[in-house]
This record gives sequence, C-alpha cells and structure tokens, in this order.
Amino acid sequence: MNQTAPALGKDLIGLEPLSREQILAILDTAEPFKEISERRIKKVPVLRGKTIVNLFFEASTRTRVSFEFAENRLSADTVNIAAAQSSVSKGETLVDTARNLEAMRIDMVVMRHGSSGAARFLAERIPSNVVNAGDGSHEHPTQGLLDMLTIRDHMGRIEGLKVCIVGDVLHSRVARSNIFGLLKLGAQVAVCGPPTLVPRNVCSLGVEVFTRVEDAIQWADVLNILRLQLERMEAGYVPSLREYNRIWGISRARLEKAPGDILVLHPGPMNRGVEIDSDVADGPQSVILNQVTNGVAVRMAVLYLLAGGQPERAEAAKQGGEA
Amino acid sequence: MSTERIPVMDDTAVRRAVARMAREIVEKVGGTQDLAVMGIHRRGIQIAHLLRSEIESAEAVHIPSGSIDISLYRDDLEAIGPRPIVGGSELPPSGIDGKTIVLVDDVQHTGRTARAALNELMDWGRPDRILLCVLVDRGGRELPIQPDIVGRNVEVLENHQSVEVLVPELDGRLGVDLVITYPEAS
Repeated sequence: MNQTAPALGKDLIGLEPLSREQILAILDTAEPFKEISERRIKKVPVLRGKTIVNLFFEASTRTRVSFEFAENRLSADTVNIAAAQSSVSKGETLVDTARNLEAMRIDMVVMRHGSSGAARFLAERIPSNVVNAGDGSHEHPTQGLLDMLTIRDHMGRIEGLKVCIVGDVLHSRVARSNIFGLLKLGAQVAVCGPPTLVPRNVCSLGVEVFTRVEDAIQWADVLNILRLQLERMEAGYVPSLREYNRIWGISRARLEKAPGDILVLHPGPMNRGVEIDSDVADGPQSVILNQVTNGVAVRMAVLYLLAGGQPERAEAAKQGGEA
Repeated sequence: MSTERIPVMDDTAVRRAVARMAREIVEKVGGTQDLAVMGIHRRGIQIAHLLRSEIESAEAVHIPSGSIDISLYRDDLEAIGPRPIVGGSELPPSGIDGKTIVLVDDVQHTGRTARAALNELMDWGRPDRILLCVLVDRGGRELPIQPDIVGRNVEVLENHQSVEVLVPELDGRLGVDLVITYPEAS
C-alpha cells in the first residue's frame, strides 16, 4: 500500500513539540513541492475546495505572500485579513474573530500575532487547523523549517553542523524555532549577540553562547543573522546602529577570517549596513534568496500534511469550543 | 486472515510481455519519433524502465523518460487520513509538449490512478498523444479509462484477490503474483 507520512496533528504551533521524525517528514515533503513552483502551471489540486484564512495581526509582507503562494499553488481558496482593517480594531476578541470566520465554514487559519502563545490559544478553541506564522517572541515554525531546508540543501546534512544565530536572540521567535528544530536534527547550536539581547538562561536550551562575533565565526559552519529591529535601539538595548554594526555586524572582512566557507542566512527583511553588510548579503556565501524560494515549498508541505487531517481531533476541539 | 500467493508470471514471462508491448508501441505510433516513456510512481517506473530499454535496443535509438507521482492528484485524499509521502515527479528532459507520451503503470484496476496521471500531464503541457500501457489489467474499472497496451489480463475476484507486480529494485525479483486472502475460518 502507499507509505504515509507521520501525522503532524491538527496544528503547527511550533517546532518545540514536534519530534525529529515529524520535522524530517515536513522537510522531505517540501522537496517534491519545490518542483511545482518551477512548472508552467504552478498548481496542483491537492487542497481544492479548502478555504484558508490568513489572519495577520502584525504587518508582514514576505511571510504572508509566501503563505499565499503556497496556498494558491495547492489550489486552496484564500482570504487575507489584516487586523488594522478588521473588526479587531473595533474591539473584537481573537476568539470572536475566529468563531465568526468559522461560522463562514473555513478549514484553516494561518495566523501572525504579536502575543506569544496566541497561536496555541486559538488552536485550542477552534476546530480548523491553525498554522502559526509567528506569535510574539515565541515561535515562527515555518521560518525555522525553511532555514533548515536551506541549510540541508547547501550542506547536504544538518546533523553535526555548527549553526550560530547572531543578533537579537531575546526577542526572536525565529531564533527559538531554529534552536528547537536544529537541536532535534542533531546540529550544534550557538547564539551570539549583545548581552542585553541574549536571554540570560539561554544555555538551558542546550546552546552555546559567544560574546564576540569573531569567536562565533571561528566556530560556525552556518550563520543565521537576525534582523535588529530598530525599536530596540529606542528602547536602550543597543547604543546606536553604527555601534551595533561595528561590533556585531557581519562584514566580508570578518567572514574572511573564518577557517572555511560559512553559509549565511537571514530571515529578512535585512537592515543592510546594520546586522549584515551588503557585500555579505549579496556575496557567494549568502543563501538568503534561496531561503525565500524554500519558504514557499516548506509552507506547501505544512499545509498539505495538516490538511490530511485528523478529523477526530478537530471534532474534539469543536466539542471543547462549544462547552 | 491468511494469504496465498500464486505466481502468474515469472521473470521470463514478464520480459517476454514487455518485449511484445515495446513492439506494439512502436508499431502503433509508427516509429520512435518524439516518443517519451513515463512511469507512474512506484512500480510503474521500473516497468517503464524495462519498456524503454527494450525499445532502445530494438530500434537503436535513445528514448527520453520521466516519472510521475500522482499523490497530489488523488481523488481520495479526504478519505485516506494520513497523508501519503509525496514522491517527486520528473519531466522527460525534452518536455512533453508535442510528444507522444507512453504512460506506464504496473497494474490497471479502477482507472483512478490513470485519471490522476492524465490530469497531472495536462497541467504540465500538451502532449500530442498519450498511450496508456500496463503490465497487468486486472479489471474492476470505476472510470471509463482503458489501457492501449496490456501485458497480461488477469481475472481477479473483487475483495478476496489482488494482483501484485514485483520488481527487483523493491521486491528482489521480477514477476507477477495473484494474492488470495482467505477470511478466518469460523
């Protein structure tokens, strides 16, 4: 009979609760989906008739568009809701928004929200599949997955690699999803950034901490460079953008001191000249645009695997929601 | 529940059937111009490979080939629960536009796999002609899709019997078995 992929359950909230097998199933499923985006007709009918709502309470272009392409290429019908234009701005609660959408018979919600835990909160209250597209500083699982897929594409493996996440680790859901995912797949993970932006107990997750970016470059096979959000400077975490660039910025000169070629990732949007210099971002070691391409394939894989569904769990959530 | 395997075709019988099918294809198409062979995942790929080698050695030409995985075009995804693992599909290097595509599967049963494969091919381009070619036709059609070239017709009783094509790459040998399932004696 047909071999089946390990089930993911009803929702994708983060990589922390997933097993190594489930993460690998998503990455392996993403491989054949890459090819669909290269076809003349970039569409397969696998989610035909499914309705997906992209519910974005925070501004996002790349992630939303990437999800939208993924949904369209699987033939789902999609609706985009940006919170600023919705009744959320009129004071409606998250659950009421979602229940109203449910009342219009939707199948999946892809949600970006500013509060950590919002995705799980929603997933426990509605029977639709929920995909976390970033919740506060908790997780951004599809970004973690596309980072891992890109690393695997270029390095041929993840197990045994040394990956260092550089920058604002404290506020970063991308960092958390990377740490959980990479450790499960057997990579060594380190973080590096200004002490004000590295969580104090980050070692408890099983990662190393570098206080100098030069040391991180000596150690790493892969650098995942995080965006420095400009409001961090206003909040006093870093003295100035120029100083951040001087001490933590990844420049060609710094990369050239590495013992080997380092793969450079960045989740975007980049602040050129702050956390990453243009000659690195556009250089031969950068796979930043490959990450964007892989983002669509990974999201197609997640939607495909979730839609396979566990009707019984959806049923349970429905009962719970009504109780 | 117990099962019994009855060999229907051995290695030699399969190779003879494939050799005849190869000749039939060339005869039907009137040559090998613009011919491409595409196997349906998984055992169709091995049978397609055998057919292709046969045509190539008989006609002394190179035949482009590809493979097709119909997982994303199935009509029963809602019903089967856990998701099938998606294998890759691969177009012949020359593409399929304007080509005569020989679509190869191991067993033809309901016709639903062929329907899915036809839909996928149409999304990829516009072949001039598609021939459906199966090693075993076991009957039991649910859709009006008939193969053009058949290796062997095998009569199968629904519910208790099935036909399995075995290929060296996956099963260790080449052959066709009839598998009979006996319900538990009560």
